[in-house]
Amino acid sequence: MNAAAPAVKPKLLVATTSLAGCFGCHMSLLDIDERLLDLIDLVAFDRSPITDIKHCSPHCDVGIIEGGVCNAENVHVLHEFRKNCKILIAIGACAINGGLPAQRNSLDIGDILAAVYALPGRGVQVPNDPEIPLLLNAVHPLHEVVKIDYFLPGCPPSGDAIWKFLTDLLAGRTPSLGHGLIHYD
Amino acid sequence: MPPVHSDAAETRQSDVIATVLARYRHDPVYLMQILREVQEELDWLSPSTLTAIAAGTRLPRARVEGVAGFYHFFHQRPLGRYRVLWSDNIIEQMAGSGDLMGRMCKKLWLKPGEVSPDQLVSVDTTSCTGMSDQGPAILVNALPVTHMTSERVDQVVALIRQKTPVSEWPADFFKVDDNIRRRDLLLGNQMAPGDALRAMTDPQSVLDAIKASGLRGRGGAGFSTGQKWDFCRNAVGSGENPQHYVVCNADEGEPGTFKDRVLLSSFADLVFEGMTVAAYVVGARKGFVYLRGEYRYLLGPLNAVLEKRRQSQLLGKSIQGRMGFDFDIEIHLGAGAYICGEETALLESLEGKRGVPRKRPPFPVTEGFLGQPTAVNNVETLAAAALIAAKGADWYKAVGTVKSAGTKLLSVSGDCQWPGIYEYPYGVTVAQVLADCGARNTQACQIAGASGLCVAPDEFGRRLAFEDIPTGGSFMVFDNSRDMFAVAHNFAHFFANESCGFCTPCRVGTSLLCNALDKIRDGHGGEYDINDIWRIIRTLRTASHCGLGQTAGNCVADSLQKFRPSFELRLNSRDFEPAFDLDQALSRMRDVTGRDDPGAHFHLDHRKSKQGIGTKLGDPA
Amino acid sequence: MSDTQETNCFFLDDEAIPFTPGQTIIQAALTAGKYIPHLCYHPEFKPHGSCKLCTVRIDSRTIATEDGQTIKIPGRAAASCTTPAQAGQHVESNIPELLDLRRTLIQMLLVEGNHFCPSCEKSGSCLLQGLAYALGVMNPHFPQYFSKREVDASHPDILLDLNRCILCELCIRASAEVDKKHVFSLSGRGHSKHLICNAESGKLGDTNFSATDKAANVCPVGVILHKRHGFETPYGQRRFDQNPINAHAEQYAPVKEQV
Ligand SMILES: Cc1cc2nc3c(=O)[nH]c(=O)nc-3n(C[C@H](O)[C@H](O)[C@H](O)COP(=O)(O)O)c2cc1C
Ligand code: SF4
Ligand code: SF4
Ligand code: SF4
Ligand code: FES
Repeated sequence: MNAAAPAVKPKLLVATTSLAGCFGCHMSLLDIDERLLDLIDLVAFDRSPITDIKHCSPHCDVGIIEGGVCNAENVHVLHEFRKNCKILIAIGACAINGGLPAQRNSLDIGDILAAVYALPGRGVQVPNDPEIPLLLNAVHPLHEVVKIDYFLPGCPPSGDAIWKFLTDLLAGRTPSLGHGLIHYD
Repeated sequence: MPPVHSDAAETRQSDVIATVLARYRHDPVYLMQILREVQEELDWLSPSTLTAIAAGTRLPRARVEGVAGFYHFFHQRPLGRYRVLWSDNIIEQMAGSGDLMGRMCKKLWLKPGEVSPDQLVSVDTTSCTGMSDQGPAILVNALPVTHMTSERVDQVVALIRQKTPVSEWPADFFKVDDNIRRRDLLLGNQMAPGDALRAMTDPQSVLDAIKASGLRGRGGAGFSTGQKWDFCRNAVGSGENPQHYVVCNADEGEPGTFKDRVLLSSFADLVFEGMTVAAYVVGARKGFVYLRGEYRYLLGPLNAVLEKRRQSQLLGKSIQGRMGFDFDIEIHLGAGAYICGEETALLESLEGKRGVPRKRPPFPVTEGFLGQPTAVNNVETLAAAALIAAKGADWYKAVGTVKSAGTKLLSVSGDCQWPGIYEYPYGVTVAQVLADCGARNTQACQIAGASGLCVAPDEFGRRLAFEDIPTGGSFMVFDNSRDMFAVAHNFAHFFANESCGFCTPCRVGTSLLCNALDKIRDGHGGEYDINDIWRIIRTLRTASHCGLGQTAGNCVADSLQKFRPSFELRLNSRDFEPAFDLDQALSRMRDVTGRDDPGAHFHLDHRKSKQGIGTKLGDPA
Repeated sequence: MSDTQETNCFFLDDEAIPFTPGQTIIQAALTAGKYIPHLCYHPEFKPHGSCKLCTVRIDSRTIATEDGQTIKIPGRAAASCTTPAQAGQHVESNIPELLDLRRTLIQMLLVEGNHFCPSCEKSGSCLLQGLAYALGVMNPHFPQYFSKREVDASHPDILLDLNRCILCELCIRASAEVDKKHVFSLSGRGHSKHLICNAESGKLGDTNFSATDKAANVCPVGVILHKRHGFETPYGQRRFDQNPINAHAEQYAPVKEQV
């Protein structure tokens, strides 16, 4: 990619998180390899597993979220991102249609837990500590909970796809992937 | 009945199936009739029944199951000895059908769609049964009971509890009134059976008269009847036994329409005479009436009229002594599928298949029933054709407008004093109809049914005619107290229930549209959803395979344009709202953990405006 | 049909396309190497026109208004797979309105079923997915139905995963017309329309279906799957990893006029 001019353009503030995902998309983000250095010239990371910042700053430019929404905490985090990020990107199959975790949706969550927490001779003891976020009846993609501005499919999207997507976006272009980069798997 | 596995039950089952199969000569074309008659005896179509019917008709079993699974009135699980269906049209909801059904269910300890544990009774809803002028109405084992009130609900419940056979219920329960309020050319005719046939000289002159009269189809599309008959007459049949056919479309499924019911109840001779005229012109020896399953109760009387006509030489061989003029009529019953009113779906159904519209071309006039040239016409069109054959084109076209000759029967229902049938010369204004039927404070009229046009007061000067507002005859009136969102919501659900599911845009689009409207009704809607609704409507219009899908978004589009506040007042925000109820999504976990602490809820203010406005109008809960 | 007269032409996005009488628009276009999106059309079967991905506009007109402006009056929309080609017809396919429509239709199919591509054996060579890529469908947009659908593993050689069925009826047509077995049919209607098998148990294993049937090899998506052959082709070498679906349109040209 030809050089954007980091000296004049302020860096964009980017936050990322993984909800009901596997961190595969984050791995793929790291997979852009040496281009990470170029990326660091263009962006600064806010709340992210990469920085360990726990909450979004109020004026993030871009939020990148992997994973679908499977529990109450996911909903709260997603709301925090939507509130604080100007542009929200759903990255990966799980964020976009629920993905693997959503394959539980054909079963009743109560039945699942009853099966999982059945103790021999002691009946069913589903943990009910208020600290534990409750699971939703079904796993949902992000865009069913908040408005999502861009979608970057893949399981995970390749490093190349992520790079193309982000460089488009950072240069102010509507991201477009094209053949070979757009993948649902 | 519960699946009883006694030898006696099995013997009865195979006897019934064998008798019915024999009656229809094991002909797969009669599959619909076979399924219906077997079900009438056995109460339901069990897997083994379907297997036996498949074997008896030499059809693949899956095809038989596919047909049984297509029609609302065929059931593949036992639904009890008494099967009650409430007509779900908006007009009947406005008349309180929702509460009455609730009362019935409560008294029977049932939920809608459920069968009582003793397998005695089930209660459910069905699309408009053609009784909006005397609703709320129900069907009990396919027989209509009209004018439902709380008292009548209680009486019906008592009769069911006492296991009184439906044939012994009080006769006035089943009384269906004609409610003819205005007569003109058609309803005022003084013709005797056979008059039109006696007036016919030769097929060409009759065809010329029909053409000259300017008669256009009354079923909705408004195609020139003369031209249709001409195409059919000139088309060449195919195969070893080329035939031409005449089909009377008596599927009358458009919500709020019931004029064909009245014609078939009190003017059946005229309708059959029209079919005979058509047969004379196109050269058909066989005609079918495709009678909607909801009008099963008319089967007996109609067959009686047919028999009388045969005896009077108005049907059968050498009609009225004319050598070579042989024609007879058979009645086929549908089984609850609005789509079968679409003429090519009707033909599929007539052939014993799933009622899925065909691709066109070829059109029925060249390749219709069993691939042979077929003229499909609406009940009213055929009745009018008989009039024209008897009295001439000039007499007929002297009434109406230049582009719309003659008269039109309107089925008027809803917020008016005198619902019923009104026959007007074409060109009558909406305002005139409203005045005549005693409508007051009218907010809107839905003309031509759920797929038609929603007309607001500033358009009441418009005329009912092919050149302005064309209509199949449904005319539903809504006064100021009604919530037009609920009307759109009801119609959207009608289309989703009635989509045949053949093509993607309609199969998925109608159901997405319902979901979006449900969301708005439940107070979770945002402006985003309105945008989505427009997108769905565009897709339905552009890409749907047949008229059902193409028009399924009309009612919502019209109300969004003309009654937008009824939507907006229900929106929770001007922006995005989640696709599902977040707090509700934690319900199962609250159940299984017993938690009810703040962390077990979403305290978002999106639940504040649950009810929106004016839900009084039978807004389905 | 013979290739006696090639003089008949219609215009597809302003390009002249020759056709033989009896051919539909899509058949002629594909023969000429011009791709029109499609899912339920198959080169070996008589088109039936249910998916509507192939929708085109026919004979749009541009008229001049009194104030010197021009406005476009859209022509009628029709499924190009079932609409007969006619000489002189002007057909539009690759226009923003129709690309948008097709994306919406794809999205409808994606939410109607349960399409979890990463765990689907067909991924990489699935027509639905391949078409979605070519049209740039980045998400399913509509709320997912998460419908409950069956997986039928009763047959020794074939797995039936109905979660992914797009109801294109190709298997039904193949089983009836080519295999003469009528193994599949449709039941239900509207949104509850679904594929059924020709057995009282409803199980594929109780039918006379065989892995060598035509019907076992026409499913455009990941429903009718051959057991023990999943994920055989490595990622990167699968059908649409190599070429986008709209490359080499001729591969979809009708092999017979009609079945
Ligand atoms: C979804 C749909 C439902 C229809 N229902 C009816 C009907 O119930 N009765 C009818 O006569 N025509 C109905 N039609 C119109 C028929 O397809 C056909 O045009 C008509 O029967 C022709 O008769 P006509 O020329 O006498 O009007 C329907 C059309 C569509 C698309
Ligand atoms: S538009 Fe609807 S009713 Fe008509 S063919 Fe398509 S799915 Fe069936
Ligand atoms: S059938 Fe196609 S779209 Fe569906 S999951 Fe499989 S690969 Fe994906
Ligand atoms: S199983 Fe495959 S071929 Fe058959 S209808 Fe479904 S998607 Fe089409
Ligand atoms: S390809 Fe034409 S409708 Fe499916």
